[in-house]
Amino acid sequence: MTQHAQAEVHGAGHHGHVEQNWFLKYFWSTDHKVIAMQYMFTGMAMALVAGFMAYVFRMQIAYPGMNVPFFGHVSPDAYNSLITQHGSIMVFWVAMPVLLAGFGNFLIPLMCGCDDMVFPRINRLSYQLFLLSAIILIASWFVPGGGFGGAWTAYPPLSSVAKYNLTPMGSSMWVLAVAFEFVAFLLGGINFIVTAMNARAPGMKAFDVPLVVWMIVVASLLFMASVGPLIAGAVMLLFDQNLGTAFYNPTRGGDPVLWQHLFWFFGHPEVYVVLLPAMGIVAEVMTVFARKKMFAYRMVIYTVVAVGVLSFFVWAHHQFVAGIDPRMANVFTVTTVLISIPIAEMCFLYIATLYGGSIRFSAPMLWALAFLVEFLIGGVTGIYLGASGADIFFHDTYFVVAHFHYTFFPIASIGTLAGITFWFPKMFGRMMNETLSKIHFWGTMLPFNFIFIPMFILGMSGEHRRIYDYTHFPDLANPAMQSLRIMSTVALVVMLLFQFIFLYNFIVSMFRGKKAEKNPWKANTLEWTTESPPPHGNWQEMPTVYRGPYEYAVPGRDTDYWPQNERE
Amino acid sequence: MSVKTIATQRASMNIPTGRLAVWWVLVSEIVIFGGVLVSYLLHRLAHVEWAEQAAHTNTWAGAFNTLVLLSSSLSAVLAHQAAEKGNGPKAARLLYFTVLGGLVFLIVKAFEWTHEIQLGFTLQSGGFWSYYYTAAGLHAFHVIAGMGVMIWVASTAKKNQELHRVENVGIYWHFVDIVWIFLFPLLYIAK
Amino acid sequence: MILSLPSASTFSGDIDGLVLLVTVLCGVWFFATQVTFFWLMWRFRARDGVKSQYITGKEPHLKKWINIPHTLILVCDIVIIVAAVRVWTKVKQTLPPPDDTIRVVGQQWTWSFQHSGADTTLDTADDVWTSDSLHVAEGKTYHFLLESKDVLHSFFVPVFRLKQDAIPGRIITGWFKATRSGTYDILCAEICGIGHGIMGGRIVIESPEQHASWVQQHSVVADAGAAASDSTTAVAAGATN
Ligand code: HEA
Ligand code: HEA
Ligand code: CUA
Ligand SMILES: [Cu+2]
Repeated sequence: MTQHAQAEVHGAGHHGHVEQNWFLKYFWSTDHKVIAMQYMFTGMAMALVAGFMAYVFRMQIAYPGMNVPFFGHVSPDAYNSLITQHGSIMVFWVAMPVLLAGFGNFLIPLMCGCDDMVFPRINRLSYQLFLLSAIILIASWFVPGGGFGGAWTAYPPLSSVAKYNLTPMGSSMWVLAVAFEFVAFLLGGINFIVTAMNARAPGMKAFDVPLVVWMIVVASLLFMASVGPLIAGAVMLLFDQNLGTAFYNPTRGGDPVLWQHLFWFFGHPEVYVVLLPAMGIVAEVMTVFARKKMFAYRMVIYTVVAVGVLSFFVWAHHQFVAGIDPRMANVFTVTTVLISIPIAEMCFLYIATLYGGSIRFSAPMLWALAFLVEFLIGGVTGIYLGASGADIFFHDTYFVVAHFHYTFFPIASIGTLAGITFWFPKMFGRMMNETLSKIHFWGTMLPFNFIFIPMFILGMSGEHRRIYDYTHFPDLANPAMQSLRIMSTVALVVMLLFQFIFLYNFIVSMFRGKKAEKNPWKANTLEWTTESPPPHGNWQEMPTVYRGPYEYAVPGRDTDYWPQNERE
Repeated sequence: MSVKTIATQRASMNIPTGRLAVWWVLVSEIVIFGGVLVSYLLHRLAHVEWAEQAAHTNTWAGAFNTLVLLSSSLSAVLAHQAAEKGNGPKAARLLYFTVLGGLVFLIVKAFEWTHEIQLGFTLQSGGFWSYYYTAAGLHAFHVIAGMGVMIWVASTAKKNQELHRVENVGIYWHFVDIVWIFLFPLLYIAK
Repeated sequence: MILSLPSASTFSGDIDGLVLLVTVLCGVWFFATQVTFFWLMWRFRARDGVKSQYITGKEPHLKKWINIPHTLILVCDIVIIVAAVRVWTKVKQTLPPPDDTIRVVGQQWTWSFQHSGADTTLDTADDVWTSDSLHVAEGKTYHFLLESKDVLHSFFVPVFRLKQDAIPGRIITGWFKATRSGTYDILCAEICGIGHGIMGGRIVIESPEQHASWVQQHSVVADAGAAASDSTTAVAAGATN
């Protein structure tokens, strides 16, 4: 990657080129907006795949052994691959590309008031690597032995020894795909950080930068600083799988727990890597639709930084009972529970932002508010798990599954949809249908809670994860618990059906929606000062910035908003 | 004829964009090598028996390579100075000399490894050797990458173009050098 | 106690207590937060002629509504941490002297158990090997030696609230003391391959007398028992390759 980092330095962009045919325009373009869409649509497609997988294995859990419509019989190994791929895809091929790369690419140059990323060709390369990783992953489901089924955490020796996982090719291709994905996001991350640091519009000081950009940059930093060891770890895992090394093999001097440390040292910061962009999106939407200045803007940034720093010292809370030195657990339980302080502060500041506002409940705002409402559930349940004593019981039960879906779904779906519905006019120059958006909102949010609340109860009753059929365990097979499983599956099916309304609305509005003017929401940030959609190069002449992004309802002005680029 | 984006030419932080990027590249690289080295150290400390595996590495070859890399870094510094003075051709010559250093380094390594493999010490022959080949291999890969970039930078510098790149590639090369400064004692001296 | 799940070990009560504490502390804040949130949504909904206010967040009389709860949460956190650590040290960091010892061996995809027999010492002639069912006496303190033959497994006894991963190449020692008799699930809580979904067993908790007589019947046929467990090993091994 260094080669390219170097290659692009100041060489950037055969970029002004007139782009002749559609291929060059949509597949070979270095325009950050096009690349953003590439990430966005790839992520969306992968989300549908992973959502379908969720449907398949949920059906199997609710009605063991049934012939799942549109799939068929779910064998034990198929089940394991399904959950593994579902988890991997949702985190690495949906949440990351959509929230970090998609919105990052679209928003950073537009909100910082420059014409593109600082390294457009690295940017293109990063997407191409990402696409390659996705292709490798999908291909891995069709090789002899099938796709990898050792869980998205890929703990060795199961993941490293073919005779244990029985997916010799699948597991290596999974590691390879994940590794490529990491490299792609490293390249992207460098671009984001440098662009936001160095390419800001004249007059735009660090504290004039919108929160979403701040958060995407901090997220990229977290990713960059935490993923390295896992990249090394992935190489070692590949060697163990294919070259007969013994890094993770206890019988030959290796140590399986090493992987767990490398994975979670990345894995926990990673959850904030996806959390922060969503939080940022919510901040933008809330301020606009409450017509309010962000409550204590700087404090929000400090809490973000605090979360980022703390997140490097909590990883072993995933390994309390994994055979680490029990005394270590005490350290990690302290750091883990304390991380609630900055995050609570952040949530409170968001909520306080509503105070004194004039709130319009348009679709983006509904999603933004729902994000906080649901995320709080995911957050507080994290404390149950962070309390080491309680995690002895909760570890690898459905309580954990419910916990992280109450954090991940708000992020990957609710936050994403808040952003999509909010920036849709800017992305495609047309408005989405408000009514359909609202139907989709309620049709997603209500079932969502019926999917995952039962999982808390099941987890508390001792149901463990990654099991394709609970009838094998007398205590877990009881009818009350089975009916909860069925409830959650039915709710999922309902939710999935409502997603078609979104897809319809999305596609139709893209071509037939009513034309959007420059600034449909009367917002302050720079992206709203150019045409929708912005032309190649974003502005006829580049904007200059005179104030912070959230100057709403400033006393003594007739309009209740004050764009960053207006001198008066 | 390459049309640069406005973004690329801005410098809100008063650091040239290219140099800023190189530093961030190094950050991400540091943690990668950090991961390997910390894993290696922890295991090395936990396994005394690795010491007699380590005894078979050729300290002199390692020492010689350290010297080679250090001097190649020196010529990279001189190249930077030449570039500062706007003397592109001189900078290019010095960069080629640095590349030569990298080449020598790799050749020595090649002999070392073939010898060790002939003695039967391969990736599989125990924990130490696994880390030895992996860590050194990862480093060698970076040396090769650095050489590639340097040749490319030199080719433009020769024409007195994009001279600032000379410094950036230099920064990267120093990093590759420093990584080796860590690897050498850990893999060769510690016996 | 946690919902439908019986509490059958000396520390399951402590863990449930901790869970209850967290529920109360977080619950209070959770509802306080949500209620405020919804109230603000309603109170400040857009109304004609009402302009939103310009608030920076520096106003002391508003900021205190963040700072006070914030310090209180810190207090709650500390309470939670102290409680958590106390439970943790009791379950995982202390080993009360054992009345008896068992060996628990995980392998793809069964649990096999070595009971020490009448002499309460392992690896003697009268040991009883079983697979899939663990027999323990109520009110006795047991040490378990946890091992794995292949990949990671996790020894999970929900009614004990006890969980510990098994790692190949290591012997991990833990303890429990059953407080009520009955037969309950033993699960494997770490994914361990295709058969993870069927890997489990039952724990049979009996009164000391019943347990003694069970040992009686089975130690005489100790060898047969061993043979049996070997055969399960063979089967499992066969399944893996
Ligand atoms: C974006 C995703 C995301 C986020 C944001 C979080 C946030 C948190 N997570 Fe979560 N977590 C995951 C994703 C996430 N997690 C995933 C994917 C797993 C499972 C991986 C796997 O095994 O497959 C996991 C697993 C996991 C575990 C391991 C469980 C186990 O396997 O045994 C633990 C243990 O400590 C934990 C803790 C926490 C904590 C303390 C937070 C904190 O950040 C939460 C802080 C927020 C709040 C606390 C709410 C706001 C505060 C208030 C409303 C005030 C009231 C609060 C108090 C009084 C304390 N998480
Ligand atoms: C972002 C992360 C994410 C998301 C969104 C989801 C979504 C869902 N997950 Fe998943 N899940 C994981 C991450 C996620 N999951 C992980 C990491 C695991 C652990 C795997 C392992 O154990 O190894 C897991 C495991 C897991 C299990 C446990 C399996 C087991 O242990 O046996 C279950 C069980 O019900 C489940 C169910 C669901 C369901 C019903 C949804 C539904 O919400 C699905 C419906 C969602 C959609 C239809 C798509 C949503 C739309 C988007 C995401 C954005 C769209 C994009 C644009 C608009 C641009 N998931
Ligand atoms: Cu053994 Cu899961
Ligand atoms: Cu975590």
